[in-house]
Amino acid sequence: MRLLTHNMLSSNIKAVANGFPLRIDAEKVIHKEVDLNPDFLRNIFSRIEWRALADAARSLGYAELPEEAEESMLESEEFLGKFHHALLEIHLEEGALVCPETGRKFSVSKGIPNMLLHEDEV
Amino acid sequence: MWYLCVFFHRLLDYRRPEVEALAELFQHNSSNEPLEWRVPENHHPDSPFHFVNLSSDDVARDIANRSLLVKGMYELWGEGSTLEELEQAIKSYPDERKSPYLSSESTFRITVDSFGKVMSFEEQNNRIQQLAYIPFEGRVNLKHPDHKFWLMETDDHGGNNGLPPVVQKRIFFGREIGGSDRTLIPTYQLKSRKYLGPTAMDAEMAFLMANQALVKPGKLVYDPFVGTGSILIGAAHFGAMTMGADIDIRVVRDGRGPDRNVWSNFKQYGLPMPVGLLRADNNLPPWRPGLKEVFDAIICDPPYGVRAGGRKSGGRKLLKGVVGPYTVPDDKRTDHIPSTAPYSLVECVHDLLDLAARMLVIGGRLVYFFPVLREDEANVGNTVFPEHPCFELISSSEQILSSRYSRVLLTMVKRRPYTEEIAEAARVKHTEFRENHVKWLEDGNIHSSVFTPADQLTVSGDTKPLRDLKPKYRGKYV
Repeated sequence: MRLLTHNMLSSNIKAVANGFPLRIDAEKVIHKEVDLNPDFLRNIFSRIEWRALADAARSLGYAELPEEAEESMLESEEFLGKFHHALLEIHLEEGALVCPETGRKFSVSKGIPNMLLHEDEV
Repeated sequence: MWYLCVFFHRLLDYRRPEVEALAELFQHNSSNEPLEWRVPENHHPDSPFHFVNLSSDDVARDIANRSLLVKGMYELWGEGSTLEELEQAIKSYPDERKSPYLSSESTFRITVDSFGKVMSFEEQNNRIQQLAYIPFEGRVNLKHPDHKFWLMETDDHGGNNGLPPVVQKRIFFGREIGGSDRTLIPTYQLKSRKYLGPTAMDAEMAFLMANQALVKPGKLVYDPFVGTGSILIGAAHFGAMTMGADIDIRVVRDGRGPDRNVWSNFKQYGLPMPVGLLRADNNLPPWRPGLKEVFDAIICDPPYGVRAGGRKSGGRKLLKGVVGPYTVPDDKRTDHIPSTAPYSLVECVHDLLDLAARMLVIGGRLVYFFPVLREDEANVGNTVFPEHPCFELISSSEQILSSRYSRVLLTMVKRRPYTEEIAEAARVKHTEFRENHVKWLEDGNIHSSVFTPADQLTVSGDTKPLRDLKPKYRGKYV
């Protein structure tokens, strides 16, 4: 699971008011190189919750992202490279996503987060 | 400028929409005017010969080369009902348009083709000899010519590949501008794909869906019913970033082993891996609140209960005949496998439209299949397709699957933003489905409610009750 996916997911358990961002319990993190596509990054930038991305990257050991980011920073190639790396190249292979409110764990195995709810959570 | 657009004689309903979608992709006309089409005199709309008005040779070439169903796009030099008429037409075609392609430095080839009849090699050669009045100065090169010319004929006898008879024989001569690269289809054919499911989308259709969705490099495409990834493979081939979800974790996570899973299917063709795959329920999508307008296209084949039934979260187990509160004991939570319940077509489509309305960018496209029962004659031709205030339906293409079923590929464009009111209406509807579901569970007829939701498919204003139809059992006829 890339951090792009992490940035889009929340715990949707019934009665959870704010299930975002999910905390990451990492067991195995891997890096895979992906071709950089500046247009895609510029398009997706405004849809990203920056704080959640920076925190998630840091919790997986990548602390290069600034605390705050704004549109104009996309001009910088250095910034694009870091954004690209955090968003698409860091993979949570094994571990769990943890609901910030209830502590419910959504397991991540073979890179696939299991977001299906139990019967009493829907 | 008008071009002769010759189609392959297959998937008749998909041909014009494909060219229209690709024209939008390559022509960049902001006016949003529909393409102009015409067919040769006395030709049926299902004839392979069409004329289309496009802005330039480059656009015509891009469209033809990307398409799956355009056999060729031609600059027409002349047409006629007889060879004499054809000669007149070619001679009167302006010289300044012809001469650049006839020069002595260039190489050329002439191909003779026919529709609805067979021409012997000798006849074909004769036809080429009879074109001697065109002042070709270049050399012939059959393998890699600079310019390709085509002489195409239809016949005027009765049957014409199952089409109503073409009253008038027609002969066309033109210069090829571009044509479909059908070698994609054997490259991606399902029989050599490593990981398949029972409803994997065939390669040609997956590419057609990607074309309808205006897929191009850098776009983000989502499939909420990803399965083995067969639809996303089409989108990834055209450069999209792909993302998929499925409710069945065995399919998305495990497949049939380390070299036979969704990832390996992408690897097999050297395509970039999906940017995200997850297990999620389309009925209760886990997207964070506030996330909207992220996908450029949503392409999918929803489970509509013919080959594979849909599933959604929610207990199907009854405790003492009633639907009581269902609690999972704390010590069993970690390894608990949540049960799923059947997912009716109506609810599935409602959820899909709601998701697409929220998650697509303005101008983004939702491309999906919708099933149609053919046996109900009243339905044929006036099927009512799903509607949504955010969307405009721009094309519907039918593919007949059997005497009972056909499926229609719907292409919808998001024109208006997803408002609070629309979100609220969707929430109300979602709750209503939930309550109905509990009712069906208690009545004990959930199967028939899901697989013959006849009363729900009845459109308001339609007085003919559909519920009298024979019950249908999935999997029996197809």
